Amino acid sequence: MFDVAIIGAGVTGCAIARELSRYRVKACVIEKEEDVCCGTSKANSAIVHAGFDARPGSLKARFNVEGAKMMEALSRELDFPYKKNGSLVVCTEGQDRGILEELLRQGEENGVEGLRILEQEEVRKLEKNLSEDVICALYASEGAICCPFHLTIALGENAADNGVEFYFDTQVETIKKQEDHYEIHTKAAAGTKGSEIAGKEIRARAVVNAAGVYGDVINNMVSEHKLHITPRRGQYELLDKSTGDHVSHTIFQLPTKMGKGVLVTPTVHGNLLVGPTAEDIEDKEGTDTTAEGLRNLEQSGALSVKDLPLRQVITSFAGLRAHEEGGDFVIGEAEDARRFYNAAGIESPGLSSAPAIGAYLAKEIAKDLALEENPDFVGERKGILHPGDLSMEEQNEWIRKQPAYGRVICRCESVTEGEILDAITRTLGARSLDGVKRRTRAGMGRCQAGFCSPRVMELLEKTAGLSPLEVTKSGGESVIVFGQNKEI
Amino acid sequence: MKQYDLVIVGGGPAGLAAAVAARDAGIRDILIIERDGRLGGILNQCIHNGFGLHTFQEELTGPEYAHRFIEQVQERGIEYKLNTMVMEIRKDKTVVAMNGDEGMFVIQAKAVILAMGCRERSRGALNLPGYRPAGIYSAGTAQRLVNMEGQMPGKRVVILGSGDIGLIMARRMTLEGAKVEVVAELMPYSGGLKRNIVQCLEDFHIPLKLSHTVVKIEGRKRVEAVTIAKVGPDRRPIPGTEERYECDTLLLSCGLIPENELSKGAGVELSGITGGPVVNDALETSVEGIFACGNVLHVHDLVDFVSGEAAKAGEYAARYIQKGDKREGRSILLRPMEGVRYTVPTFIRPQEMPEEVTVRFRVADVYRDCAVVTYAGDRQISRRRKKILAPGEMEQVVLKKEDLMEEGIEDITIRIEREA
Ligand SMILES: Cc1cc2nc3c(=O)[nH]c(=O)nc-3n(C[C@H](O)[C@H](O)[C@H](O)COP(=O)(O)OP(=O)(O)OC[C@H]3O[C@@H](n4cnc5c(N)ncnc54)[C@H](O)[C@@H]3O)c2cc1C
Ligand SMILES: Cc1cc2nc3c(=O)[nH]c(=O)nc-3n(C[C@H](O)[C@H](O)[C@H](O)COP(=O)(O)OP(=O)(O)OC[C@H]3O[C@@H](n4cnc5c(N)ncnc54)[C@H](O)[C@@H]3O)c2cc1C
Repeated sequence: MFDVAIIGAGVTGCAIARELSRYRVKACVIEKEEDVCCGTSKANSAIVHAGFDARPGSLKARFNVEGAKMMEALSRELDFPYKKNGSLVVCTEGQDRGILEELLRQGEENGVEGLRILEQEEVRKLEKNLSEDVICALYASEGAICCPFHLTIALGENAADNGVEFYFDTQVETIKKQEDHYEIHTKAAAGTKGSEIAGKEIRARAVVNAAGVYGDVINNMVSEHKLHITPRRGQYELLDKSTGDHVSHTIFQLPTKMGKGVLVTPTVHGNLLVGPTAEDIEDKEGTDTTAEGLRNLEQSGALSVKDLPLRQVITSFAGLRAHEEGGDFVIGEAEDARRFYNAAGIESPGLSSAPAIGAYLAKEIAKDLALEENPDFVGERKGILHPGDLSMEEQNEWIRKQPAYGRVICRCESVTEGEILDAITRTLGARSLDGVKRRTRAGMGRCQAGFCSPRVMELLEKTAGLSPLEVTKSGGESVIVFGQNKEI
Repeated sequence: MKQYDLVIVGGGPAGLAAAVAARDAGIRDILIIERDGRLGGILNQCIHNGFGLHTFQEELTGPEYAHRFIEQVQERGIEYKLNTMVMEIRKDKTVVAMNGDEGMFVIQAKAVILAMGCRERSRGALNLPGYRPAGIYSAGTAQRLVNMEGQMPGKRVVILGSGDIGLIMARRMTLEGAKVEVVAELMPYSGGLKRNIVQCLEDFHIPLKLSHTVVKIEGRKRVEAVTIAKVGPDRRPIPGTEERYECDTLLLSCGLIPENELSKGAGVELSGITGGPVVNDALETSVEGIFACGNVLHVHDLVDFVSGEAAKAGEYAARYIQKGDKREGRSILLRPMEGVRYTVPTFIRPQEMPEEVTVRFRVADVYRDCAVVTYAGDRQISRRRKKILAPGEMEQVVLKKEDLMEEGIEDITIRIEREA
């Protein structure tokens, strides 16, 4: 019997797992994909919002502001990239400046520090590539960017190091409430062998629903308070690193009736990101991009930033916001299902909120189950060493110890064999090309894995003991090759 | 810091030919740096034949062709380092490189030759909409999987782009038992060599659909189907012309991009059209003592031309090391005009140039019954009739020193003119 079963290994589930591991607890995370961070947590704007967007009094406002305040310290503790680059909401000619003032007031009410309205001249001084039409802007010094993969992976890894069990390729099918526990039925996710618990019945005293766009499905298995989550797709274009300094702050457009508009931001890795669109769709797996969506992006991005170097696109992608009908996060024990906790409807600013959501729910659950503190909990975690960040002398020291740090596998991002081996062999190690990519950036550069994928495949074969036919892009049926020449 | 007269970055056909020529011109102290485990560059995965018709008057496979140059390098005792990646090239011609045995180290060179080759345009750069499943590969990646790893990346294949690598792979995959459904090409003409279209598609009854592009990719984990559609003159898909192909693989052969991140770091000026360095008649870049040749300079069709160009770069680099730079003096701009997309080189120095300089270029469209005409200022200096010119084939004209010596020539233009 588990004390707690968490469904979903996105940033929310991983944050809850990590915070729970501060207690003596037998907990598990059940995830239908092959790795952590395969859902919405891998495809978003990666902004740590300052917290002026959300309506005062909402859960979004509360957890956003709290989470954003925790993020910097967390980034040091768990060693993931975070940068307080500040953000600007820009108001252009003919737009209603009153909205900026309203945002400022709202932000102050939410408890956001460092907000200020800047006039044209001052804005221009901060960002030379803003559109000529920009007349003023709301500046948020606390706005930041982070790496959502590394944040989620770090949380998951740290939870696992502190004793939480992770089961991948395992899909929750039904949940039944019993007297004092829940019975969870799982199956191997389509096209996979599943984990050792797949197909078996798992029992847990408490269940946490952190299933992203499937949060309604999971909730509705046990609660009569039905949720309804619509996937709201957001498409992006990612531009080459040579364009990463086109802007240095995160540039938001003024929110209008039509939505929040398209943002332009540098990423912590030095690329430029343009997006997202906002389209309500039916398919909870509908992360495809569309010609129309990408075209809209390109036109819309140009409203706030001039000379966007769109010819330098290296990839496009889409993520799904888990938009709950009520418009707010759904967090806490379901009214009619004792010890069934929701972390549902976690759309934006879910990434920013994750640390706070994790801390809050873990505390609630610990209280409820009367968990004791875990004296062995270690909160620090070291990320994967990237020798490229070190001085030449330091790099050479590493290479002397481990020559693999001198062998470059991904030429575009200068990722060495040493880093990839680390990614595969550490806790919750990578099992696929995408897993390696999210952990090391191998394949994330301008050639998009054309060069390194055969080499990474080889390392996965050697180190993770996979046969060439078992190496996948992203688990399940995403095989890279079908067999030896002439065999097929 | 280690010192060399000449450091060559890249040990593909360009780097090898440059090294041999520089040695033969009297430079003793040469180092080739190659990131792969062997010399030969992209040729190592081109196991089909068709190489060397110009250089050796025989048909060789890629590895055989490379081997001839590797032997020449070895016979001359030219030093090379394998599994070693150049990380940075600086304006002062220091080169930072790294490998597992020596770690990271810095070399001071008197001259540097850039010979890093090119990379393929990726799906992301093409901005193809749809899902992002496994089964989408650049043709060169698929070639490496099949030819070097012996692994088959697909059974039913759609190919986008009719570049040479895609054409070659259409045949290769077919020979290995896969079914290639169609090759779709955005442009109204193929980007590949005529002989490859005949030998790789027509001989295998693989349809080539010009003015078509991919509009949809289906499949979440692995490609399940690809939809192509006809495009109009604006290259936008025409609604109603969609055709859906069930398949498990999409190969992309949509162009090559010279690999110039290192060059940029050294402050080398790049051409917006070729993506390669802007060079003068000596194949010298905007940075004194840094030369370029092969696919890093501009994408070639035949390796024979790469070898020829690279040998020149080797000689010129040798001359630079021995005699120093002659950058002052008169320099004439070469302007690509009507139908000519670019020229390599971009500048000609009449005083410095040898008796003849080969100018290579590509045309912008398919032209029939026309002439390639060269002018020095207003004066026509050559005119060559052509039955057909196509963007897939590299063209050349030879400039003679004697035509350019007179003072006051403002520019040299090359243009395509209709034959009466
Ligand atoms: C376009 C876009 C932009 C955004 N930008 C930002 C931003 O800039 N800043 C910010 O703070 N937030 C942003 N967000 C929001 C943020 O990305 C999400 O709130 C956050 O990633 C949600 O994390 P999650 O863990 O709740 O969901 P997910 O990451 O989706 O994780 C849920 C997991 O549950 C698994 N699962 C589902 N059903 C089952 C089942 N039956 N059995 C087993 N496993 C299951 C899924 O496979 C998935 O891995 C953005 C979101 C989008 C879409
Ligand atoms: C599929 C295919 C089919 C072809 N078919 C034919 C044909 O039939 N006939 C024909 O004549 N030609 C053909 N070619 C063209 C021919 O192969 C190329 O023109 C030739 O290889 C280009 O030579 P290169 O030296 O410029 O580049 P490459 O061969 O690409 O060599 C560049 C070298 O530089 C190295 N390098 C790059 N960056 C670094 C760095 N930072 N540090 C160290 N080393 C580095 C690379 O590893 C590589 O070895 C074909 C090419 C391909 C891809």
